[in-house]
Formats: sequence, C-alpha cells, structure tokens
Amino acid sequence: MDEEGNVDAALMPKDLTDELIVKMYRDMSLARAFDAKALSLQRQGRIVTYAPTLGQEATQIGSCMAMRENDLFVPNFRQHSLYLLKGLPMEKMFISLRGYEDGSKGPKDFKVFPVVVPVGSQVPHAVGLAYAQKYKKSNAVVVSYVGDGGTSEGDFNEGINFAGVWKVPLVMVIENNQWAISIPRKNQTAAVTLAQKAFAAGLKGLQVDGNDVIAVYKAVSDAAKLAATGDPQVIECVTYRLGLHTTSDDPLKYRSAEETEEWKKKDPLVRVRKYLAKKGLWDDSMEQKMADEYRALIDDGVAKAEAFKPDPNSMFENIYSYIPETLKDEEDDAIASNYWQV
Amino acid sequence: MQMNMVASINNALKLCMQENKDVVLLGEDIGRDGGVFRVTDGLLDAFGSDRVVDTPLAESSIIGTSIGMALGGLRPVPEIQFAGFMLLGFAQLLNHAARYRARTRSGMSVPMVVRTPASGGVRTLEHHSDSPEALYSHIGGLVVVEPSNPYDAKGLLIKALHTNDPVIFLEPTKLYRLFKQEVPEDMYEVPIGKANLIQEGNDLSIITYGTMVPVVKNVVQKRNINADILDLRTINPLDEKAVLETARKTGKVLIVHEAELSFGVGAEIAARIAEKAMYDLKAPIIRIGSHSFPYPFPGYENYYVPNELKVSKAIDKLLSS
Ligand SMILES: Cc1ncc(C[n+]2csc(CCOP(=O)(O)OP(=O)(O)O)c2C)c(N)n1
Ligand SMILES: [Mg+2]
Repeated sequence: MDEEGNVDAALMPKDLTDELIVKMYRDMSLARAFDAKALSLQRQGRIVTYAPTLGQEATQIGSCMAMRENDLFVPNFRQHSLYLLKGLPMEKMFISLRGYEDGSKGPKDFKVFPVVVPVGSQVPHAVGLAYAQKYKKSNAVVVSYVGDGGTSEGDFNEGINFAGVWKVPLVMVIENNQWAISIPRKNQTAAVTLAQKAFAAGLKGLQVDGNDVIAVYKAVSDAAKLAATGDPQVIECVTYRLGLHTTSDDPLKYRSAEETEEWKKKDPLVRVRKYLAKKGLWDDSMEQKMADEYRALIDDGVAKAEAFKPDPNSMFENIYSYIPETLKDEEDDAIASNYWQV
Repeated sequence: MQMNMVASINNALKLCMQENKDVVLLGEDIGRDGGVFRVTDGLLDAFGSDRVVDTPLAESSIIGTSIGMALGGLRPVPEIQFAGFMLLGFAQLLNHAARYRARTRSGMSVPMVVRTPASGGVRTLEHHSDSPEALYSHIGGLVVVEPSNPYDAKGLLIKALHTNDPVIFLEPTKLYRLFKQEVPEDMYEVPIGKANLIQEGNDLSIITYGTMVPVVKNVVQKRNINADILDLRTINPLDEKAVLETARKTGKVLIVHEAELSFGVGAEIAARIAEKAMYDLKAPIIRIGSHSFPYPFPGYENYYVPNELKVSKAIDKLLSS
C-alpha cells in the first residue's frame, strides 16, 4: 500500500478482508490514542519514563494481527500495542507505567511476555520459548521484537544463530525505526540491511516497508507459516520513530526536524485511512465515534490505575517460590519499625 | 567555580583529554547527544570523533574494545549508559581487565576508567537503578570508586585517569544534579583508596558512601548527633585503616549503603572490624542496605532504598546500647 492508500491487488493477501483492514486501522488508532495519553500523563508526572510508539503502529499491529490465536510474543520495551491487542486490561497498562510490577502480571494464558529493558536480551528467551513449543508440540509460533540498535548486541546474534541450529518456530521482527537513541542506523552497523544479518545465521531474512500495515501483515504471516515448519525467519520492518526515544530524550540534539517531517509523510495510519475512505469503509463520523470510544476506554484505565495502592509486602513475597527466613526477618523488621511511612 | 557533579566530571574529562592525547572516550550516545545525562556534553565538538566515539549498542564490545585500546597504549574511558547494562561487559571486566596484570606479571596492564551512572532514587525504569559495587569488588583486580559530591568526583576521576589500573567509576545518578559545590577549575587529584572523614564525633561511627552520604548527613545534622561520618569514596581497595580507626575510637559502628544488604560491602566492612577490632566494640555492628532482592520498579523504590527514618532508628539503637 503506498502513501496514497493504493494497493497492488496482485500482492494483496487473500485472507485480508475489508473487515480485517478496518480492524487494523482501529487497532493502530488505539495504539496512537494510548501513546498520546501516556505522553501527556508523563508530562504531568502521573506515569514514569515512557517510550513512545508514534509512527511504528503498522509494524506492531501488522505483525501482531498476522499471528494466530495461540502464538506467543516476546517484545522489548516499545511494543505497548501488543499488550493492548492481546487483551491486557487497560488499567494494567497504566499500573505498569506508574511503576508497579503488578501491571506485568497478565491474565491466565496471556500470550505476551513482559517488557524487557536490557536491549537484545529477550532474543535468546524467544528462541528457548520456541524450542519449548517444538518440544511440547504446541504448534505455537514465537514472534519476537528487537530494534535496529538491538541487532548489534551479542544476544541478538547468538540468539538467531541458535534458532538456525535448532530449527525452531521463530519469527524475529526487527523494528528498524532508524535510530537507537541518538545513533543513526548507518552508524549502528556497516551492513547494508539489518535483514541480511539473518543470512550469517543461516536464516531467511526479508526487508519490508514497516509503515505499510498490509505489507507487514503479509510478510509476517508468510514467515510464520514457514517458521511453524521449523524454518525460522527474520523480518526487518523499515519504519521511523516519529517521537522521542523516551520522555527523557531530546531528539533535536541529534536529528533535524526536516528529517522527521519527511517521515511524517509516510505516516502509517494516514494511508490506511485513505484506502478505507476510497472504498467507502470509513468516514469522519466513524472516526469521531472511535475516538470517543477510545477516550472513554483509556480514561477508565487511567482512573483505575490511579486508584491502585501498592502493597510493599508484595516485594518480599514474590522473590522466591517461598519466603526464606532471612527475608521474612527483613520484611517483619520493616513493618515493625514502620520504615514505610514514606 | 560552583559545579554540580555532571559539570565536575565533564570538567575532569576535558582536562585529562587536554593533558593526554591518548585519552579516548567511547560509549553509546556520548558524542552528539552528550550522553543521556549530558556528562560528555561539548566534548565531541572540542576533541573530535576519533576521541569521543559513539559506538554501536553492545556493552561487551565497549568494554572489550576498551581493553584492547588500553593494551594498545591508549587510555580509554568507556561509558556504560547505566550500571545495570554493565553486566553485559562483566565477563570482559572479570575475565580480562581484572587479570591482565597478574597474567603477565605486570608485563601488560589495562589502564582504563569505566564510567557508569549507578544507584537509584530517581524513579527510573527497571535496570536503571542498580548499585553493583560489591559485584566488581568481590574478585579483586578492579579498582572501584564512587564519589558522593562534585569535588570528589572530579578529583577521583583525574586520579583514576592517572592510575595504571582498570577503574570502575560509579556515578550516583541521584547526586548528578542534587547540589553544587565550589570546585577548582584546575587539575587536582583526590587519592584512590583513602576514605574521607567528613565529620568527627565521639558517640558512634557511620561508615557510608555514594547516595547514602547526604541521607546520613541530613539525619546527623537534624538530630545533632555526635558521630564520625566516614565516606569511603573508594570501595575497593578498602581503606581498612580508616575504618578500624573510627571503629576503635567510638566502639559503635553503623554501616549504610544503598546496595542490597546481603553479601554486600557492609558485610565486608563488618567482617574486618570483627576480625581486627572486636574487643574495642561496645555494641553489635549494624548494617543498613536496600532489601535483599533486585531493585524494584520505581513505584516501590521508596519501600526499598534505606531512608532517613531507618538510619535514625539505627542510630538510636546504637546510642542506647
Ligand atoms: C543492554 C542495554 N544497553 C543500553 C540500554 C539503554 N537503551 C535503551 S533503548 C536504547 C536504544 C535502543 O535502540 P533500538 O534497539 O534501535 O530500539 P528503539 O529504542 O529504537 O526502539 C538504549 C541504548 C539498554 N536498555 N539496554
Ligand atoms: Mg531503533
């Protein structure tokens, strides 16, 4: 799909109905609405540091929708949309963002693993998880995410190498948003593409327009089918971080406003909206109705999260499978001495 | 000149780079961005991209290439963006930086200073608040330094850059901009391996360092406690002499650090006092540290890191015993 919302019919995935494309648009819009809310809450001091997803919705939503019901997701720290789409309650999203572990505990059988902050370290987990799927014959495919910067870490390269040797059901999505904080893609590696890193590990690698939700959907669903047969795949989604690295960052220190403006023209939501409008599947009133619906959903989540009261005892009770005596002593002492009147 | 710790470290780096062409900085986002805390701000423009090197995102290689640079005659100053991520370079540090000198009977050495922001108290994401000084001190071979104020930070960093050993230089993020202090603009050194008795008193000894120094000082000042306060400044090698001296003088010892309590720096200090000054003690030693598990998400950090109240109650206990 190009920037005007025109699709190449020959390449259009057969299973992608109008209904599904509307859902894609709605999900991307939810990700964006959530992102805008999180940013504003952070600026008011109501959540902690936040890593925005603005501009990367097609990569995240396209890849998520390409997977089947029981497939598993191993993200890094920027794929907030996965949690939203796979059913983490909105209040939990904000409990996490307010700085409490309690938000990372998903519903039973939740398919998305918790946020991983040390860059690249999730990749070997994804490979091991995929090994377990194969071993247990679960038929689930594991999809993991890494940034352009993350592909420089040992864990990424070691992980995909294991995947190749073990022939596990893994789709490795490289979310290339052109920047790793202040380091541009070209200074991250001398490799011409990130997808080609797959070849050294004996995996297939493909580069796709990460701002084209349909292209991402197609690339990832094709890859997932191959991965399910023990043929792990790497997909590089070429996208752009339109916003801040995190709320502690000032991009104007290292990149020009013009560059960002250029990429705004490739906004992943705009083109889907144009496509849907042309087909008569979307209009302003539907947009308005959706915005109201999302506002209510998000505001309700924020209100519940702000009512959440942390329980300091939970810190002690979730370290081991049992409470060792020495740790119990620390807990009792803290309570008895009332250190927590903070 | 009045400087906060960010400015005093920046100033120390600048002076050392002017003094010695072989001083090279490398790390993630240290160049154009000036580091995520702006500690290296302006240095890229002043010294060029051969000396202020923005690296790819890979900590093991940041440390590993620094070791190679040092072996090749340079004085690298790698920055690891947060101490939590230095664990990716842990193998390089322990397997090589700590052993090169011994391995070659001093035929080779690894003079480098690994700078990293450490400790918490500023509501950061997971892994951005760790206090790993005990991990790096445990084996030996690595000098571990942690300043508690802008003056010491500058002098210790300059000293570290004049030393022929690998130095782990922990910069408490909470203290980066907490206060300013008069800092000379010229070169000066603060000795490594020497603790600083920042206040003298007779009723008890409080041994501390890093983020807990201001916490201890606040309590002692507010309550007008007649205590020795010893700021270690260097964790390893420990200034055992200063530790034993104050312990013998007051006979009552409180050790306060932000790092996890169990198997930590406090345990080492308490053990040395027990071995060498046991009969001078009038009360059991008290250790205060964070709880014995990894640093929690920021919403819980105030329930985790030692606070003034905890220090105050420990002081009461020692004074009344
Ligand atoms: C091991 C490790 N080193 C450094 C950091 C600090 N850090 C957080 S995100 C980031 C850049 C990541 O870039 P990229 O992989 O491209 O992902 P993006 O942030 O662009 O989504 C850095 C250096 C970290 N979290 N983990
Ligand atoms: Mg990136």
